[in-house]
Amino acid sequence: MTTIKILTRLLVAGVAAAYLHAAAPASAEEVAVKIGNFTFGPQELKVKAGTTVTWTNEDDIPHTVVSANTFRSKVMDTDGKFSFTFTTAGTYKYFCSLHPHMTGTVIVEAQTGSVAPQQQ
Amino acid sequence: MTERDDGMNRRKILECMTWAGTGVLWTITGGVPASLGIIDEAVAAPVKGFTFLQISDSHMGFDKPANPNVKRTLEEAIARVKTLPLKPSFMIHTGDISHLSKPSEFDDADQIISHAGLNVRYVPGEHDLLDEDQGKLYLDRYGRGTKGAGWYSFDDNGVHFIGLVNVVNLKAGGLGNLGNEQLEWLEDDLKGRSTSQPIVVFAHIPLWTVYPEWGWGTEDGACALGYLKRFGSVTVLNGHIHQVMQKVEGNLTFHTARSTAFPQPAPGAAPSPGPIKVPDDKLRSMLGIACVTFRQNEQRLAIIDTPIQN
Repeated sequence: MTTIKILTRLLVAGVAAAYLHAAAPASAEEVAVKIGNFTFGPQELKVKAGTTVTWTNEDDIPHTVVSANTFRSKVMDTDGKFSFTFTTAGTYKYFCSLHPHMTGTVIVEAQTGSVAPQQQ
Repeated sequence: MTERDDGMNRRKILECMTWAGTGVLWTITGGVPASLGIIDEAVAAPVKGFTFLQISDSHMGFDKPANPNVKRTLEEAIARVKTLPLKPSFMIHTGDISHLSKPSEFDDADQIISHAGLNVRYVPGEHDLLDEDQGKLYLDRYGRGTKGAGWYSFDDNGVHFIGLVNVVNLKAGGLGNLGNEQLEWLEDDLKGRSTSQPIVVFAHIPLWTVYPEWGWGTEDGACALGYLKRFGSVTVLNGHIHQVMQKVEGNLTFHTARSTAFPQPAPGAAPSPGPIKVPDDKLRSMLGIACVTFRQNEQRLAIIDTPIQN
């Protein structure tokens, strides 16, 4: 990896962190993804920026969730959990590094107003 | 060598004997969960040769309903090794030694397997690389003298053995993966070798495509097999799918071994490849070891799958 890439990533992370702080009160949404039968449910998820997604492994076999350059969970044994807060809009594809045929997507939409629409 | 039938009805066994190239004896079962006899009276007289053993998928640390006591079934598998008519030269373990790559799990495996009194050659499964450093623990324990993520080769009794690693840097949506560095090493390792030398390749995930929907195959496996095509006798031994499966393609013989921990469903037979819970009295017929025998001069290889309990 080049230094420029690292610096860019740090910069992006910094900006994202600042943005998160500003938007935090309005975006404390939490969404769950279940891992069962070697699939992510739901496989595709749409959330607002600032949403925390929590994956829970309900299989008898350990899994991970990995999204290139964004997040990498530790191994989750049965009932294990991993959470990640999406602060930046974009499409995040992820997979299980143990069983790479398991794939999922989180689509993060920018926070437009000061109040996020409350779903559910 | 003729394996005892243990009361099994021969008619229940589907036997396939195929001569390919310099000759590979291939046998498969018709789903009979018992030892598979090589029935070949013409060569039943004692012949010089050697046997090695394959065990796989011990999953030390697994404690779910499919088998709450994987230590005991591994112990029973190792006890079975001692009853084999021909003492094996050594043993290969085709990965998933542990369930979660914990030092205590590797300790348990080492302690139990050591009772076989055999030299053991390992390749990692994806469950063996789950430590913080993604495989350092495995390499520290089992990787001495290996290259890259743990691949290597050695010769024994005139046979060339190659241990490959196809559980590292897996790509989203893909299958097992060898990677260019390992493929280049393999090509180089085979360069200049006589095509009459028998080759045994072993790796965790099947190198042939068994069932891509469940990730049972290796993305760049065909490239590795391409380097092996010119050899007269190539045997590919894998684990990962926790069941016996065989295929012959030209001079290549593919074989997967049972697990000593828990069975997995036949391809597509369940919603997922996860562990299957079978009645307690059936479990040990679905776990086991594989015994591979070479006969000198015959240039052929026999694979006998032996369950822990018939």
